[in-house]
Amino acid sequence: MFQNIGEIIILLWKTIKDLPRVWIERKKVFEQLYEIGNASLLMACILSAFIGGVVSLQTGPVVVERGLGEVLGGVVGIAVCKELAPVMMAVLIAGRIGSAMTAEIGSMQVYQEIDALRTMNISPIRFLVLPRIVAISIALPTLVIFAILVGWFGGAIVAAYNYQIGIPMKTFFNNLKNVVEFQDLMHGLVKTFVFAVVIGVISCHQGLTTVGGPRGIGRSVTKSVVNSIVMILILDYFLTRLLLYIEK
Amino acid sequence: MNSNNNNAVDVKVINLKKKFEDIEVLKGVSFNVNPGEIFVIIGPSGSGKSVLLKHIIGLETPDEGDILINGESILGANVLAKYRIAMVFQSSALLNSLTVEENVGLYLTEHRLKPPEEIKKIVSEKLELVGLKGAENKMPSELSGGMRKRAAIARALVIEPQLILFDEPTSELDPIIAVTIAEEILNLKKRINATSIVVTHDRDLAFAIGDRIAMLYEGKLLFVGTPDKIRECRDPIVKRFISTELNISNHNE
Repeated sequence: MFQNIGEIIILLWKTIKDLPRVWIERKKVFEQLYEIGNASLLMACILSAFIGGVVSLQTGPVVVERGLGEVLGGVVGIAVCKELAPVMMAVLIAGRIGSAMTAEIGSMQVYQEIDALRTMNISPIRFLVLPRIVAISIALPTLVIFAILVGWFGGAIVAAYNYQIGIPMKTFFNNLKNVVEFQDLMHGLVKTFVFAVVIGVISCHQGLTTVGGPRGIGRSVTKSVVNSIVMILILDYFLTRLLLYIEK
Repeated sequence: MNSNNNNAVDVKVINLKKKFEDIEVLKGVSFNVNPGEIFVIIGPSGSGKSVLLKHIIGLETPDEGDILINGESILGANVLAKYRIAMVFQSSALLNSLTVEENVGLYLTEHRLKPPEEIKKIVSEKLELVGLKGAENKMPSELSGGMRKRAAIARALVIEPQLILFDEPTSELDPIIAVTIAEEILNLKKRINATSIVVTHDRDLAFAIGDRIAMLYEGKLLFVGTPDKIRECRDPIVKRFISTELNISNHNE
């Protein structure tokens, strides 16, 4: 495990060192952005609408019962923007995009395509890892912005039309506007950015260390998704602590 | 990048040893390859041929020993980058996500050595040389085994290599394509005078193209010499490897 962590840190460091070349690799970054956006946008919107809805559904009746119905917008707003959208989107992307990255790089490793790159003096980090990590670091926060907006709407719709809640959309959004600050949005986006880098680097590392043919690729994909999700949830706690400390 | 025909390199392998876990794959291999020579390494499957080739191109690091190119150790920083070295993999190792044209021009594109129009022209020339004109826009998955191998050779040619390594160039190919590939390797010698190291267990190929042949067996070199010399070799393992024929007398009984 410690060897893996060390290798992941080294891979991240080498990728950061190659960052100045990202403009040269922009075509590959755009291709990856398209892949990620195309594969995930619709799913992200559907998922976040239901996340916002369920938060409203769980908290709405409780706050309305206590005569605090007008604070529901703020509750849903903060929960979706600071926690649920970043974490749920990161988990979704780890499963959908991280696994695809590992499978693609893993199969290139198994079928000697990466060896072929090395023999041509082409760095696999520059050619494969850099564009993917940069693309996921741009795409995931963008998806999260969409997810937050759609999540808020999902929450507002449930709040308005659920017979136990019945908070008008205007009241919901007025309270949300009063409670949620730009800083809260940044809190969510900073976490998302870190999650994106973690997913990218873990997925690429698993791909590059794949051995043993198709079964090895399957093993790597599983490991990459599980490790990414575990790291997202652990880092979520520590990042939240850190960001709350900074916000004070 | 120039087309200088006199820039072939010499290769010296000195006491190369490699272990994977407890298995000793190379047990102190030493040989020299002269500039412009086609040096063929034969041996049964699992004798360490491909591992040896991977060491020469820097994909593996030896446990002991050294490899010198033009007298310089490839273990030194950036030494391999000073020479134009290409490898044709057994599996061809074309990038499946790129077209044949993108695969063949990858070295030039990634190192930004030529403008795109010139790269297109060079790629087209190289593909024509290996008989793949018109396959530019095909994906590797649309090619047959022989075509993939030839595309891999075209990709190697684009580098205008000083040293070219072939890993089982005729494996999985039908005899006609295998002859074409063998002719292509010989043509390369005439055209660009590159030093070639060919790893194979195909005896016909070895005798047809090799200036010298080495026999690797269980991680050790048993013999190095010209094709005529190896035919005279009295080592029983070498003799058996080069002269065993398929002769099943009771096949039709």
